Amino acid sequence: MIRRVARRLLFGLFTIFSVYTLTFLMVVALPGNPLQQGERTLSPEVAQALRARYNMDNNWLYYWQFLRGALRLDFGPTFTYTEWTCNQILASALPVSAVVGVLAILLAVGIGVPAGVVCAVGRNGFLDMGLMVMVLVGISLPSFVTGSLLLALFGVYLRWTPVGGWGTLAHLPLPVVTLSFPFMAAMVRLTRMSMLDTLSGEFVRTAVAKGAAPYAIISRHALKPAFLPVLTYLGPATAQAMTGSFIVEKIFCVPGLGQHFVNAALNRDAGLILGTVICFATMLVLFNLIVDILYSYLDPRVVGAV
Amino acid sequence: MKTPVITIPGAWRRFRGNRSARAGLFLLGLLSILALGGLPFSIRWYNTQALDRAVRLPPAFEPSVPLDRFTETPETSPGRGASVAHRMTSWLGHDDLGRSLLFRLLLALLISLGIGLAAATLTVLIGTTWGAVAALVGGRLDFVLMRFVDVLYGLPYTLLIILMKVGLTRPVSSLLGFHQAATDMVILFTAIGSVSWLTMARVIRGQVLSLKSQPFVDAARAAGAGPGRILFRHLLPNLAGPIVVYATLAVPQAILQESFLSFLGIGIRPPIPSLGRLASEGVFAVNGYVSYWWLLLYPCGTLFLTLLALNFVGDGLRDAVDPKSTSALVV
Repeated sequence: MIRRVARRLLFGLFTIFSVYTLTFLMVVALPGNPLQQGERTLSPEVAQALRARYNMDNNWLYYWQFLRGALRLDFGPTFTYTEWTCNQILASALPVSAVVGVLAILLAVGIGVPAGVVCAVGRNGFLDMGLMVMVLVGISLPSFVTGSLLLALFGVYLRWTPVGGWGTLAHLPLPVVTLSFPFMAAMVRLTRMSMLDTLSGEFVRTAVAKGAAPYAIISRHALKPAFLPVLTYLGPATAQAMTGSFIVEKIFCVPGLGQHFVNAALNRDAGLILGTVICFATMLVLFNLIVDILYSYLDPRVVGAV
Repeated sequence: MKTPVITIPGAWRRFRGNRSARAGLFLLGLLSILALGGLPFSIRWYNTQALDRAVRLPPAFEPSVPLDRFTETPETSPGRGASVAHRMTSWLGHDDLGRSLLFRLLLALLISLGIGLAAATLTVLIGTTWGAVAALVGGRLDFVLMRFVDVLYGLPYTLLIILMKVGLTRPVSSLLGFHQAATDMVILFTAIGSVSWLTMARVIRGQVLSLKSQPFVDAARAAGAGPGRILFRHLLPNLAGPIVVYATLAVPQAILQESFLSFLGIGIRPPIPSLGRLASEGVFAVNGYVSYWWLLLYPCGTLFLTLLALNFVGDGLRDAVDPKSTSALVV
């Protein structure tokens, strides 16, 4: 077990390093840089000084300096937010996104998995059809539409929640629900599919033949193996949800991390791009590792595998 | 896992037996006919302004000059078709520049479907080639190719699309002679298509691996078939099922991606409409003071129906091609 985890960790580090290198290459190869943004053109001396300060003329040096800093968890300055370092931005935005993301994923699992089980048990029944149509509705609406509709309904007309902002508990429900919709829909489909697979298994037939109660069969025998594909999906999904969504943050004015992914790329802000990308890759590796460990607890057969 | 052999008549029978798949196919056909049939009208009038009909988005002030002085209604050239089109302009209302929403919507539908199809094609081409090569060659190349996929999974999707778009803008626009609308469309579907093939590559690799170990491939090899012949004559026909399913489900994904980029303001540039653009413009047209609800409802409705139809068809195809599969699900 420990060897397995160590191996995965080592491989994860390799992945993060590759992601960093690849992103760096893309940032260097792309046209445009932060100094060319904005209305004013800088005087040559100022531009020269800034280029020197941020090592923009020597990509190789920048690459190693950033890497050295990153190993000490210091992601250096950003180019566009001169008052902020990358670390300060991550430190202020990541907790916000993480709270929204974790709640959204919990909501998605809490509603999606039971709904998927209900669908699978009553396959092709009235409830199944209804829920699957709702899932398709959830997939087929972009989140800026669902978000705006929720905002208009609960924020503007009913006035149950504030229309945007951050800081109190009342600010939480709308972004969380909006963010969780696509994940919830995926969860319902996955659970339904794998539950159908499991329910047709021989051990379930045995349990039925022994006279076990339907509820016990579903909850005790079938749900555990059926949950495994959902768990696999949960790793990347959690990493994604916790690093924020641009649309949700934009609609509800949540100061999360998602906006920085987009703005950094649009501003060609190399420092912030690299910082956010490393942050995302680390989360991804971490959650895949956690999922892996949980997997081996739920399904002892996979311990031998990689 | 043993891959069942799928026959086309069998799959078609299962597909036709599926009520939601049939409804999806019907809806999709209807939308395509509308978009294609409306093209001669929509391409002509999508950008024609009738300022007296314009809704005023806040902050709005009363115009100091009477608006009808600027009014430019669709030109009525002789012929019955033109007068019908003239009446049709007001069917779904007008936007903030007095342009007919109906014609903008028809053109947007065509453009979004086109981008979706093109992006899905690109996704399928890259994903299938990548996965099939990895599985067929195997060994070290397989390892390298699949680790590359792992690394790409570690890159945030939105960032990758934006960077792709930024990087492609200059070369593509000079390649296409700086034609703005064409450039935007090509860049969009290339950017979307070239970042969404990862899952496809994994699935195809798995399928090829399981097919490769089956007796008929050994038989073909024993009969002296080379790798190219095995791939094209024996493996690809068996892969057609998952490929078609993925292609169908990749189209709505691509349309959603396009609407996301439009919301960011880096999709197709105005005045060319796309479903995502119209929907995101509609979001800002509905607020607490005035609500031009049709600007939100009709684009979102169209987007929703299109995606719904595509998803229904895709799901139906999956059930028809591969009745019990959990692997093909994480789309």
